Amino acid sequence: MMKLSRYVLYDILRSKIIIAYTLFLFIVSMSMFQMEENSSKAMLSLLNIVLIVLPLISLIFTTIHYYNSYEFIELMASQPMSRTRIILSEFAGVSLSLLCAFLIGVGIPIFLFAADATGFALLFTGSALTLVFTSLAFFASVRARDKARGIGAALLLWFYFALIYDGLILLLTFNLADYPLEKIILALVSLNPIDIGRIFVVLKMDISALMGVTSALYKDFFGSGTGILFTLGIMLLWIFIPLWLAVSKFKRKDL
Amino acid sequence: MIRIEHISKRFKKLQALNDITAEFSKGQVVSLIGPNGSGKTTLIKCILGMVRPDSGKIFVDETPINGDPSYREKIGYMPQIGRYPDNMKVGHLFKMLMNIRNTNDPSTVAQDNRIDNYLIEHFELEKIFEKPMRTLSGGTSQKVSAAVAFLFDPAILILDEPTAGLDPLASEILKEKILTEKKKGKLILITSHILSDLDELTTHIFYMQEGKMQFFYNIETLQEETGELRLGKAIARIMKGEQFSNAWIDEMLINKKDEKIY
Repeated sequence: MMKLSRYVLYDILRSKIIIAYTLFLFIVSMSMFQMEENSSKAMLSLLNIVLIVLPLISLIFTTIHYYNSYEFIELMASQPMSRTRIILSEFAGVSLSLLCAFLIGVGIPIFLFAADATGFALLFTGSALTLVFTSLAFFASVRARDKARGIGAALLLWFYFALIYDGLILLLTFNLADYPLEKIILALVSLNPIDIGRIFVVLKMDISALMGVTSALYKDFFGSGTGILFTLGIMLLWIFIPLWLAVSKFKRKDL
Repeated sequence: MIRIEHISKRFKKLQALNDITAEFSKGQVVSLIGPNGSGKTTLIKCILGMVRPDSGKIFVDETPINGDPSYREKIGYMPQIGRYPDNMKVGHLFKMLMNIRNTNDPSTVAQDNRIDNYLIEHFELEKIFEKPMRTLSGGTSQKVSAAVAFLFDPAILILDEPTAGLDPLASEILKEKILTEKKKGKLILITSHILSDLDELTTHIFYMQEGKMQFFYNIETLQEETGELRLGKAIARIMKGEQFSNAWIDEMLINKKDEKIY
């Protein structure tokens, strides 16, 4: 399997978009750390960028890549290779290159300025989100035959996870503020990889103490070993379920 | 070598293939012809396992096509449009394909008798081995696609519009190569709209229209029945006799006149 993904990776790493993306992340993170006196403040700004930009770029880049390599995928399908192998190699190539871009662009500044638990939590969240949204984008683009529709679906997914979902949760908490909702919200948050990533990182920061009783409860949960395992498990589910759906759809698909 | 049994395929409103049954065997050069949208490419994609037919079975060398991809080792396929990853170099494409098929490194290609680099040499593709794919013109990518199809010396060759976009010189080289492979007793399936290109190659004509097989004759029968030696005229006559819609074939005959310029 690595044979094909090696060439896919090689092809993508040479593309201008991925180089520009790496540079963008690098410049943004460096300037955050340079401008803010307090490194945890810089981390908070960086976190917001990671949570908004990373999913968007992963979704759009993956979808466009998939449609651009459609003829190439067809050619591979005419070779003695199984469909599963083709789509998994493509996934490995795309997700590894996006991961590389993230780890170079954000990882190096974090190592230089904030190599602590929060920094590593941010790197973990960013890597997990890259994989989650690459996998979601594969699912969307395998399902939609038309390029415009595929990119549209990817954008909708981003709107939903980055904006709409939080709005819905806020609405819920405001309307049901009289009830003890902590556990329910925790369950709801697991349904959105961006939210769970945000909570995971924020609770590693000192400022989390300022956020009231609920935050203390979450800090107990996410600070413990179970919390870390829980986050990891949820992220893995978010990576593997869309990927599995994409593979099974691709196997039955007419190219 | 390839047996097709009652294949049907429907794309939403369009019946792409309608109960097609045929058998192609060794040493045949079968020309798949028919108007645009008559299901030629769909039929080819079914043989390659890219399109799953709704019903019917396809056998390659007596083994039915199901999930197992290994039968495709016997097939060389040249697609209608070849597009490759933008930044991949031409040399890397060949290297990758050899890698996938577990053959040797291209540096030792000369000793490897499974590799057929006749077209790489004659199209002078080594010169552009270091060029990225995105810089190639349409015709050059066609040459690359052709070289890829013949690379592993497969027993079955499937060529979808092979000469479209090639310059007259390259087109002659490719035709020479097809003739050589024909003499080796391979099965070759060609779709083309340029009937004059098929004239000297083909042994059988498979004519499709609206997803149905209209006839499958060998060339001698066709010539005897119509009294015409030229393929284009023979087919035109058959179609006029049998009242198929024949507007497109007249178009082909006009194209043929233009070609004599070369």
